[in-house]
Amino acid sequence: MFGRKTKNQNLNFVQIEILPSRKTKVVALAGNPNTGKSTIFNRLTGLKQHTGNWPGKTVSRAEGEFILNDEKFLLIDLPGTYSLLSTSEDEEIARDFILFGNPDATVIVCDASALERNLNLAFQIMQITNRCLLCINLIDEAKRKGIEIDKDVLEKELGIPVIFTNARSGEGIDELKEKIYAIANRIIKPNPRKIHLRKEIQEKVDKLKPLIEKAFPGIYSSEWIALRLLEGDKKIRAAVENGNLLEMINKGLENGNGELK
Amino acid sequence: MTKKLSELRKGEKAMIVRVNLNGLTRRRLFDLGFIPGTIVSVLFESPLGDPVAYLVRDTIIALRKDESEKIEVELIN
Repeated sequence: MFGRKTKNQNLNFVQIEILPSRKTKVVALAGNPNTGKSTIFNRLTGLKQHTGNWPGKTVSRAEGEFILNDEKFLLIDLPGTYSLLSTSEDEEIARDFILFGNPDATVIVCDASALERNLNLAFQIMQITNRCLLCINLIDEAKRKGIEIDKDVLEKELGIPVIFTNARSGEGIDELKEKIYAIANRIIKPNPRKIHLRKEIQEKVDKLKPLIEKAFPGIYSSEWIALRLLEGDKKIRAAVENGNLLEMINKGLENGNGELK
Repeated sequence: MTKKLSELRKGEKAMIVRVNLNGLTRRRLFDLGFIPGTIVSVLFESPLGDPVAYLVRDTIIALRKDESEKIEVELIN
């Protein structure tokens, strides 16, 4: 089904002002800093890193499109981040998008030479969305360092597809596209390994969740918000208290697919 | 015998034993890889000695003394 190559994989840049039509599937590229996300982005879209400013934000993200099997995908290159729980502005952009932008697929880009470090973010993303895959990039560099990664074991342990890439040469990019397509179209349904919370914390989360959902109908990731409240995140707490939570989220999502589900 | 990470000198290696911080700073350090059990070493010191660049989990991260003196480490040879 992937045999036919589409002619125009190199598509034009989407003007930031134009919101993608609902039919366009949205794919987020997330990962630690310096893992080659932008190289992957350029490989997928055929662009040469085009950054767009986000209204009200000084930090930028890039957007581009690619077509696969006659279907259009909007790819969002998020700022590099070590975590979804920290507080720098770059990290908030990435965090808000993955949490509330409800992308059809999230590609977690990892540095093959520093996998252990990179899996921190991977587990956090896997906690939030099932529609994700692990892209282990810079695989050639790791090989040179003598690092061997067992893909099958990793896939089994994590419960999500794992793809090796060397974005600089283009190795693995076709497979990455196929997997993105399959996940975004629900052909593959990953079952990521979730972290089990301690019983007493889970009980508190279970109490808070319905309250959050009642106060903010239609909210996505209520569990994550409950956990942040328990952890004492002042910003989230303030947003919940003064009722600005949805506003805060929407502000962060302008020009994304913007829909809360 | 534990010492502060801030007391570690260039070329020395140590294992993190405890992170004596709370809230977001603690979280942030964990996210950057400063987790108990992790091996760290000093790569560079800035001319005035603060901040210092550490090698932690195959990545270089610079910390200020405010943070590094709150991290307890055990020297390893």
